Amino acid sequence: MKFGVVVFPGSNCDFDTVHALREVIGRPTEILWHKDHDLRGADCVVLPGGFSYGDYLRSGAIARFSPLMQEVREFAEKGGLVLGICNGFQVLLELGLLPGAMLRNKGLKFLCRFVTVRVENAGTRFTNAGRKGQVLRMPIAHFDGNYYADPAVLEDIERNGRIVFRYCDPDGRLTDEANVNGSLHAIAGLTNARGNVMGMMPHPERASEAILGSTDGRIVFESLLRAIAS
Amino acid sequence: MRVRILVSLKASVLDPQGQAVRNALHTLGYKAVEDVRQGKVFEVDLAGLSRDEAARLVPEIAHKVLANPIIETYAWEILEE
Repeated sequence: MKFGVVVFPGSNCDFDTVHALREVIGRPTEILWHKDHDLRGADCVVLPGGFSYGDYLRSGAIARFSPLMQEVREFAEKGGLVLGICNGFQVLLELGLLPGAMLRNKGLKFLCRFVTVRVENAGTRFTNAGRKGQVLRMPIAHFDGNYYADPAVLEDIERNGRIVFRYCDPDGRLTDEANVNGSLHAIAGLTNARGNVMGMMPHPERASEAILGSTDGRIVFESLLRAIAS
Repeated sequence: MRVRILVSLKASVLDPQGQAVRNALHTLGYKAVEDVRQGKVFEVDLAGLSRDEAARLVPEIAHKVLANPIIETYAWEILEE
């Protein structure tokens, strides 16, 4: 199994992600330049965190027009696995591969801190190595992570188990305080209807080694390995 | 032709930045300020288009790029012919 990590101008978690995939998970990982037209045989494409195009216009709004994103769209439409982390999640929303949009955090502050999220659905290809209700500790680092979607979309994603992670307190309880950015339904991660595309605001790559303070993020990458193997 | 496009959050979407500005104005004593909505302004120069052509093009680029229709709405006007 091979990963591909897309690099946009302004990506800044690209090499952290490559490190986690190559050195921690131990899988070959291609670095994919946003101007290329080739996914180089990747079984899973990761859009990393950062500030693609300086967050100009809206977070993720310009990156969606990158040449490689047309390949990523086709790959996703054929069922290929796509993971968007933080800015990568914002790009997937702008691209329309996931529903909804991100608003500025409720407290108007850039939030850079560890949070806890609860696994809402352990049946996805991104969480099958975890268990429902499991609390994962991972860092967030974003200004625009306040998830918004209209009521019909929220009802659809709730009903179909597409909410993968919700912000929670360390005991797994959903509280206003734990929902640090004000996301509707405390959504921290969700999939598309087909289940092959996921966006998440927390950074699993920054929580993949003990020296970083948590290894909980490995569950996401290990789930992908299982999904590909089966 | 120069057009001005104003993009702002939909009325149904909470605007925490607008609220912060309103609160600051209240703190300064401007009690008449009831509500503030924050947005973005784009001034775009268009070459060789008639008014009718501009009336087709501007909504298209506003919808496709300048605004995110899930959370934002837009208005536009011609500044100079």
